[in-house]
Order: sequence, then C-alpha cells, then structure tokens
Amino acid sequence: MAGLAAKFGSGAMSNSVEGISRNEALFVIGSNTTENHPIIGLRMKEAVARGAQLIVADPRKIPLVKFATLWLRHKPGTDSVLLNAMMHVILAEGLEDKTFIAERTEGFAEFVESLKEFTPDFGEKITGVPAEDIRKAARIYASAGNAGIYYAMGITQHVMGTNNVHAVGNLAMLTGNLGKDAAGVNPLRGQNNVQGACDMGCLPDVFPGYQKVAIPEIRQKFESAWCAALSDVPGLPASEMTEAMLAGRMKGMYIFGENPAVSDPNTNHAVKGFESLEFLVVQDIFLTETAELADVVLPSASFAEKNGTFTCSERRVQRVRPAIASPGAARDDLAIIHEIFQRLTGGDAAATVQPAEVFNEVASLWAGIAGMDYARLDRDSLQWPCPTKDHPGTPYLFEKTFPRNETGKALFTKVPYVLSDELPDAEYPYVLTTGRELFHYHTGTMTRRSTGLAAVAPEAFVEVNPADAKDLGVKDKEMLTVTSRRGTIRVKARVSDIVPPKVVFIPFHYKEAGANRLTSDALDPICKIMEAKVCAVRIER
Amino acid sequence: MISLTIDEKKIEAPEGATVLEAARLAKIDIPTLCHDPRMKPHGACRLCIVDIAGLPRPVTSCTTPATDGMVVTTTNPRLERLRKTTVELLLSDHPNDCMVCIKAGDCTLQNLAYKYAIRESRFKGAVRQHNRVDNNPFIMREQDKCVLCGLCVRVCDEVQGVGAIGYANRGFESDICPPFKNELNCEFCGQCVSVCPTGALSAKMWAGQPRLEGMENTETTCTYCGCGCNITLHSHANKVVRVSSRSDNHNRGWLCVKGRFGYEFINSKDRLTTPLIRREKGGKLEPATWDEALDLVVAKMSAIKEQHGADAIGGLASARCTNEENYLFQKLMRVGIGTNNVDHCARY
Repeated sequence: MAGLAAKFGSGAMSNSVEGISRNEALFVIGSNTTENHPIIGLRMKEAVARGAQLIVADPRKIPLVKFATLWLRHKPGTDSVLLNAMMHVILAEGLEDKTFIAERTEGFAEFVESLKEFTPDFGEKITGVPAEDIRKAARIYASAGNAGIYYAMGITQHVMGTNNVHAVGNLAMLTGNLGKDAAGVNPLRGQNNVQGACDMGCLPDVFPGYQKVAIPEIRQKFESAWCAALSDVPGLPASEMTEAMLAGRMKGMYIFGENPAVSDPNTNHAVKGFESLEFLVVQDIFLTETAELADVVLPSASFAEKNGTFTCSERRVQRVRPAIASPGAARDDLAIIHEIFQRLTGGDAAATVQPAEVFNEVASLWAGIAGMDYARLDRDSLQWPCPTKDHPGTPYLFEKTFPRNETGKALFTKVPYVLSDELPDAEYPYVLTTGRELFHYHTGTMTRRSTGLAAVAPEAFVEVNPADAKDLGVKDKEMLTVTSRRGTIRVKARVSDIVPPKVVFIPFHYKEAGANRLTSDALDPICKIMEAKVCAVRIER
Repeated sequence: MISLTIDEKKIEAPEGATVLEAARLAKIDIPTLCHDPRMKPHGACRLCIVDIAGLPRPVTSCTTPATDGMVVTTTNPRLERLRKTTVELLLSDHPNDCMVCIKAGDCTLQNLAYKYAIRESRFKGAVRQHNRVDNNPFIMREQDKCVLCGLCVRVCDEVQGVGAIGYANRGFESDICPPFKNELNCEFCGQCVSVCPTGALSAKMWAGQPRLEGMENTETTCTYCGCGCNITLHSHANKVVRVSSRSDNHNRGWLCVKGRFGYEFINSKDRLTTPLIRREKGGKLEPATWDEALDLVVAKMSAIKEQHGADAIGGLASARCTNEENYLFQKLMRVGIGTNNVDHCARY
C-alpha cells in the first residue's frame, strides 16, 4: 500500500470489480484469486469467456491457470525482475503509451535508464520464465486497450515487497492503464475490512484518511477535533512490535479481532514477545491462541450481531447489520472500546455510543467519505472518494489527476534487483511459500468451526512436486517433518505438480501445523511487511 | 432502442433484448423455470411460450430476439392450456411432497401448481427412481424433484467455470451427475443450490431448520475476504441458520463456499460469553464481571503509561471488525493512551 501511495497518492484498488469483466487483458500476479477472492475470480472468468487474454504469473499452478492465455511460472521472489523484463520489452518494441507518459507521469528518463539490464534474457536467467514468454506477456498486456493488473500478498509479503508494488505501478503507467475504466492497478485485500481498517487510521503513521501524524497542520486539526494533545512520533508497525516487546520497550498491548499468535510470521518468536508483556488484553469472539496468552480476555460480538460498515477491496463502504443477539455477556466491540475510552479519559463510563455517530465523526475528518452517511448507505453502498452528499462515489481513481502532490502526476520508480532474504542452501534446500486455501480463512478460528468446511479441509498439508517426492522417497499422504531456521512442524505430504520442483507450499490456517512457525520475519525496509512468501526449509520423513 | 407491442402495450426495449427481457422490462409476467438473466438463454422448460403475430405456433420468449414492430401475445386460453399441461407433466414425475419439502413456499414449481390449480395429475405412470450419491458435507440432492431445467449445470459451467456436473442419458432416464459419473469434483460454492427452482438441491445444514419464509432476514456484508459480497442472514430463534445473497447486488447473488456455508461459527458453543481474567501471572484465566475486567484494563494501562510512557503500550486493530470500531480504537490509542503505536494485520 505504501508502495502505490508513493507513486499515485493513493494505495487502494484503483478500479472496480465490476469492470474486470470488461478488461481486454488481465495480468494476475501473486494472487490465487479463485481461492482467496472467489467472487472477484468469477469476474475474471467472465472476462476470459468474453474473449479477454489472461496472463497469470505464479510459481504455483493455481486454479486460474486453467483459464490463462499464458502462464508465467517464475521463481518465488523474482516478481520485480519479471515485471522489469516485461517493461524492457514494451520499451524495446515501442508499445508504451507515449501520450500518457508525457502528460501524466514524471521520472521517466531515469526509469528507462534503470531498466537497461533487465533484458528478457536476464529475466529468463533470474525468473526461470522463457524469454519468449516474457515477450509474449509484454505484448499481450501492452497491446490491449484496457488492461488490469491484479495482485495480492503473493508479491507484497517479501523483503522487496514495496519494490514489487512499484514495478506493478510502473507497468500500468508505462501503458497508460490508469485513470480509465476497466484497467488499473488493483491490490486485492485479503480480509473483509482491511481497506477500512487502513482508511480509519489503524496505521502507525497516519490518522484516519491517510493524514500523516508527522505533519503539524494535520495534527492540529485532529487535536482540535478530539480535544487532546497528540503525539507527533509515528508509532511502531505490528511487524516491529515483537522486537519492542522482547527488548522490554513495549510493556502493554491491546489486541482485538486478530490472532497474531498463529498469523505472525516466525510465530514462536512472536509468542515469546506476547509472553514477555506485563499486560495483554485480547478482545475476541473465541479463546484464540492469542487470547490464551492474555491477562484479560473480553468477549465480543460477531459480524452477525452488530451495526456498522465494512469497506471492501474496491473502496466500497457497505452496511453491516445485526441479525441476532450476542451470546451471554458478550458485547459489541464498539461498546467495549468506547467504555474503555471513557474510563481512561475520565468521561462518563455509562454513556453509550451509536455507530452512525462515529461514522459521521469520521466523515467530518476525512473528505474521502464526507458525502456518506447511514441514510445514503442504507439505500446503496458507495465507493470512496465521495466528498459531497450529492457525489455518486468513484468507481475508478485518477481520472484527471494523481493526488500524490501538487503536480498531479504519477511517479516512475526505479526498481533494482533484490534477492529474497533467505535463499535455499545445502542445509535447507527447499523454498517454502505459504498461502490460503479455498475452504479456510486466515487462522481458521471461524472456518474450522464450520462443520462442512472442517470436513472437506480437515488438516494441513505440504505440497511437494513429484520429482522432489521421488528424491526424498516420499509418498502421497505420508507425514513429513518440515524445518526452517525458526521452527519445525509435522505435516502430511500432498504430492502434486501444483508446485514446481524445489518449492513447497503450506497453508497457514492450521495451528497444529502452523506454517508461520517456519516463515521468516525479515522485513521490507519501506513498508515493514514480513517475508512470509519465501524462506528456506528442509524436509525429512 | 426498438419498439414492439406486447399484450397490446407499446414497449421500448434495447437492441438485442429477447422477447422475455422486453416483457419483463414492461413488468409483464411470463412464467419460467429454466431462465436466469445472469446466464445464457436455454429454452428448456417451454413455459415462457408466447404467440408472435405471423408465426404459426408458439415460441419460447427467452430464446427469441425482440424485433422492431413485433406483436406479441403472452397470455390467451391456448397458451395457458399448454403451460398448464407442461406443469402437469412435470408433476406427474415428481414426489409432490410439498408438506415435508424444504423448498415449500419458495419453490417455482409449487407456485406454478398453485397458479394453475393442479391438485391431481392427469398423467399417471412410472416415476424416476434416481440413485443418490451424497458423499459431500454441503449439498443435499433429491433428484426425483429435478425438472431438468439445467440451471445448476449452466451456473457451474458458465459462471463458476468448474463444470462439476452435466447431463447423462436421455428422456426419462436423464440425470444430472458428474462427468462420466466419476467422483464429484466440486468447489461447493452452492451456486447450483441458489438457482435450483425446486427442492432438488438444498444444503444439508439447512435440514430441520425452518423454511425460508419462517425466518427473519437481515441484509448485511460478508465477514470473510475483501470481495465485500452482500449477503442475507436468515435467522431463527437467535441463530443464523442460512445465508443467501440477492441477485440484484454487486456480487449478483454469487457467493463462495465460506460465505454461503461457513456460518456455523456464529452460534458455536465455543463463543466467549464472559470476560476472563488471569488473576496472577502463571495462573488460569477465570470468569470475571465486566466491571472487574475493565477496571483492571484501565488500571494496568494507566500504570504502564505512568511508569514507562505511552509508547510502552501498543494496539492491534482488526481487519475483520467495522470501520466505526477501528476508528474508535485508534482514537483510544492516540487520545486515551497517547501513542501512535496502532496497526493491524494489513501486512499478513
């Protein structure tokens, strides 16, 4: 997200899901869309049925490959080299959109210079994708009238995640696939309200609406709205909190609706961090693995028991409404947080709060949703920006300008070749990559309690290529020990050509065989994302 | 736009519309069993037959393009007699056990039987005895209720792109089954269940729960991935017992297996129902009152802030909770505690 914001001025999905079916070309990289965003996947299949060309770049033979015109099976961690090599071809063959580049971008000359070494042959050497396929992909993407790029954690959870996002942005800029319908750069958000949590300022460096805490005028605006003095020091990102806990700099934590004791890369390390805290509060609907470590556990309401709004991947703000009452003494999160706020600030602890009031407060502080209110949202959902009450919402961004700075132009960024932090060696000869499967969600606290889902996907597995299985003497369904420098798990083999040789895949839903006990917490230096998608492991029977 | 006359009404319709689409635009009701505007026209059920001036016999309106100046009649005694006969024939090979059928009240076939007041079928004869293979935890098949409209086969192929099921055999022996009667290779999205016009397809987990009309309906947004699908929660006696999605929303009524069938966690017996407190380090989590729990939270947070400063406290918000909750949470961290140490799992 930080990657796109630096280039365009906004890090959200630039276009809409509905427009996908009108793409002439789709480039899907690092997104197992049909399993992780199944309904967005349907639009992609519809586009293909209507004659669109689909390029899938993924080390795994994901289900979408079946629908692809071209599948680029690049090595994990080589995304930006693949993208750079494609752009090298586009420039070499004169397929770039010269008008768009001249009128709406800056930094082009330096960028062109930086691409020099990324010839298709160099691309082939690093990524393992034949140079001819790189050329084909470049031609398909660049010759389409409307081409959309779709990506997810597959390119971001790397030490060079921000670089990868920059490269994706460069590709769209180079071909003028921004600021128009059925195109764009589209990060697919993995959870119902990741977009909303970001929008609402649950990020260490920004207030709601991406307004920076470090800018004095912005801070003053929030200080007067909230009647309080505010810190000008950006906070710690989640991925740096573990170290702060272990170093004794962070003593207390309040976590709600998250289960980092299973979802954090290098989980063993993260759990030590939580254990070292003086005080941990966890607010959740289940006694999660994280809640088990807490000093106080607060029972909250599920989505079916509360009022509010979620903002989905395409910036669409939608109502959430209660169907039933919460069990026992569980209370909705808003009421709990509000009461703690009141008690901490010396307010009236018995005062109640309405979601609509809170929404209006946000709308008064962030122009992006200033035109929204519950009465409008009750009639229909709206996509931000929606600055006024009569604004219809925005299906695609950047039509006239990029809100990055006063020039209104998008910025080309140089993307150097960076290696993954932990590459395979003699001791740990396989690359482990992780992800989700269709039948489960995140740490499985919800889906594994649903009988049908638990029945069709009962246990963890490790995908091993048949060639590797032969080398290791491993049979399908045999129990294996997978070990990295950080941990070890026992997990059942699934011998399959979904993964290429020397690469294995484990879903991270299963706490009893937690893939994240193996994954690396090496950080991207810019956006502080952890490299969950590439680490080195060894496999034993 | 083209203009045509349907039932003596002048109607404007877009170029390329079928007669059925044109009629529906003008709110003229033509019965169908096999039509779904989200899929290609199929022309299987023959209920949408209409008379068109100049044509010798009725045609299916779902597969006939509307043309400029066309004169259409959607109802007359002959058309209604033909439709009634079609429904009678379907019912002659149907269990007609509406009393115990999960689909009653929400069944197109039942509505048609009601419309044409068919109490008994004139056509007595053999009825199909289909073998049911139900080796899956989600989808309940009662193939003796199947009218072979093809909606399930088409949605699986045209929309889902999976092709898990198709037709086998002909005529009376016709059957919906996996290709070559192999094992079912299915994503369990339940799209087929959602389009089935009869009780032939339902969900196993709905069995024994009230039928659709006996439930409360709540329009809301799915809690799983970032697609933001609109869903309807069907609840009864303070339990969510079914999830569906309306076809007029941005996800067009389509859901995935998690959204449609992954709702049991809501009423799980594992839900937390009371605050818990660990009264001493290393001790057990024990039930507590809200006052006790919140007193402790506030006391501890205040003490840490006093002793080590506000930046010794951090907060993790939730990408699954609402905007309002997340907003208030970061405000709590920034105003109540005084730190910018607030983040969430956007990076995981």
